[in-house]
Amino acid sequence: MIQISQLSKKYKGATDFSVSDLDLTIEDGEIFGLLGPNGAGKTTLISMLCSLLKPTAGSFTIHKLDYKNNKNQLKQLVGIVPQEYALYPSLTAVENLRYFGSMYGLKGQLLKNKLTEQLEILGLLDFAHRPVKTFSGGMKRRLNLISGILHNPKVLFLDEPTVGVDVQSRTVIIEHLKKLNAQGTTIVYTSHHLNEAEHFCDRVAIIDHGQIVCKGVPKKLIEAHENADHLEDLFLILTGKALRDHV
Amino acid sequence: MYKLWASTYKEFLLLTRDLGGLAVLFLMPLLLVITITTIQDGTFKTLETSKIPILLVDNDQGAVSQNIQENLNNSNLFEVIKEPSEQDAQHSVQKGTYQLAIVIPEDLSKDLQQKVSDNVTDILSRFGMEEAAVPAAKEVLQPKEVRLYFDPATQQSFKSAVRSTIDQMISQIESQTIYQAFQEQLTEDASEVIFDTRHFITFKEIDPNNNEKPIVPNSTQHNIPAWTLFAIFFIILPLGINMVKEKNQGTFVRLRTQPVSYATVLGGKTLVFLTVSLIQFALMLLVGIYLFPLIGLPKLEVSGRLPLLFVVAFFAGLAAVGLGLLLGTIAKTQEQSAPFAATFVVILAAIGGVWVPVFAMPKLMQTLSNLSPMNWGLNAFYDVFLRNVGFVEILPKIGLLFGFFIITTLIALSYNSKKNAL
Repeated sequence: MIQISQLSKKYKGATDFSVSDLDLTIEDGEIFGLLGPNGAGKTTLISMLCSLLKPTAGSFTIHKLDYKNNKNQLKQLVGIVPQEYALYPSLTAVENLRYFGSMYGLKGQLLKNKLTEQLEILGLLDFAHRPVKTFSGGMKRRLNLISGILHNPKVLFLDEPTVGVDVQSRTVIIEHLKKLNAQGTTIVYTSHHLNEAEHFCDRVAIIDHGQIVCKGVPKKLIEAHENADHLEDLFLILTGKALRDHV
Repeated sequence: MYKLWASTYKEFLLLTRDLGGLAVLFLMPLLLVITITTIQDGTFKTLETSKIPILLVDNDQGAVSQNIQENLNNSNLFEVIKEPSEQDAQHSVQKGTYQLAIVIPEDLSKDLQQKVSDNVTDILSRFGMEEAAVPAAKEVLQPKEVRLYFDPATQQSFKSAVRSTIDQMISQIESQTIYQAFQEQLTEDASEVIFDTRHFITFKEIDPNNNEKPIVPNSTQHNIPAWTLFAIFFIILPLGINMVKEKNQGTFVRLRTQPVSYATVLGGKTLVFLTVSLIQFALMLLVGIYLFPLIGLPKLEVSGRLPLLFVVAFFAGLAAVGLGLLLGTIAKTQEQSAPFAATFVVILAAIGGVWVPVFAMPKLMQTLSNLSPMNWGLNAFYDVFLRNVGFVEILPKIGLLFGFFIITTLIALSYNSKKNAL
């Protein structure tokens, strides 16, 4: 279970909080979607949960462990698939995975088996020994995903894992995430694909200006608003149609 | 330990995948040391083997000017070309055709002879040894001036050396003339030896290490250590870029979410880049030992010194890596790290004595040079190459290099912890 309590983050020099007094509980085995317009605070929230950012105030625990006292245990417990391709372009797919896997303590035959299995599932086995710089965007996204799940994390954070990929790659990624979830992995993900989130997530939270404006099961949230037929309608009702350009 | 090994292997792969970068890393320092040594060796050889042409305007046409000309020819430094006109000589030097013109004044031999003869006669008469009862009225002689015209582009050190050589020559001629005048006054027999005119005071250059003939360091022995250090410290450039790239690629972000310490990540980089610096050093030695003699440069003498040389290279490499780690940790973009690294290494080299010897620097720069790790490394190399010292003697210098590595790495770790830790 992820327990977030009064979590806030204000960047140096900023006038407003990016995440403000946020309370949230995500149950074990859930697929939880964090939705919101650009600059709403989704990435900031995930970055804090993945130990990349220091909260300004508040706290959180993951499986009852907090970062201050159980940093390495917690890092072993979670996986992250960042929005950027966090890969070495000049290394091959296998070399990238071997390195990132070994940082989780995986080695030898176990590591080899795991990376071969994942490469096969995500359709990259034939390209295993090619440099990542020769990969298409969809291939990099899939490899990026494998890098975050090699160690079988209990909780997986994904920051827009399907952005900029074709429908085929997106389908493969979503299907694979569903399988991981079925095996017990809690998934927390952000996305701008609201249709995808509506069907993929058990629960979602719509965030705006660093605060949760609504949360719940997508179907129930849509039913509760008479002008909304889809999650996208609800999203626009709650966050407005104004552009959210941030500099 | 396993994570350190994995990090090291990853760094090795990253380095070997960039063949262009690798070639630059190894070939450019070699090219640098070959070019610099060839240029400097050429300068040494010019001084040693080829003579500098100079103009001599002889308005005296006497024994003294003849003596000066012989001495200049015998010095093996100059090729004397006679020029009848002082104006033409001045013009040629002004144009830069010649670096120096020496103008010997009219009647120098005659007047010198006259002045010395008058003085000797005067001295002897005071001792009651001169026969002439009433000395004739002395002719007042004007002091003579040997004029030197230097090319304005001539370096000050060359001017000083020439002035000193000519001054020495003239003093010698004067003293010989005095001895000769006494000889003529005291004896009728020209073959009788009254004065021992050999130099009473001479000097001998002794090697402080073994009291034998000193080892004269050639251009290779000076250049290999200096430019090897320069190359070793240049490693901060690719190392800084390597680390900044990781930040920009997002791989550093992933590493921060993984259960691995920043020290382990830096450890992998340290091992690989330290190995690179040792390979650079080995290549430099090989070039000095085997290639230099083939292209007419002096051979690098390393017999019996190899282990100590590698000890110095190891600690110099560590110091360079430490600096690179710090730079890579602090810099956010390649635009920050690359120009800073390149400029900073040049500054460190300059104040470290790679180009200009520290003793020839202004006082302030001499003090600053003590802060340059390149100066510590260079002195340690010179200790081993030229002063033939042992491990204990170089310990303070390699201790400083090691301390520098520890301090820079600790600052990098602490900076990262402050910036990135939860």
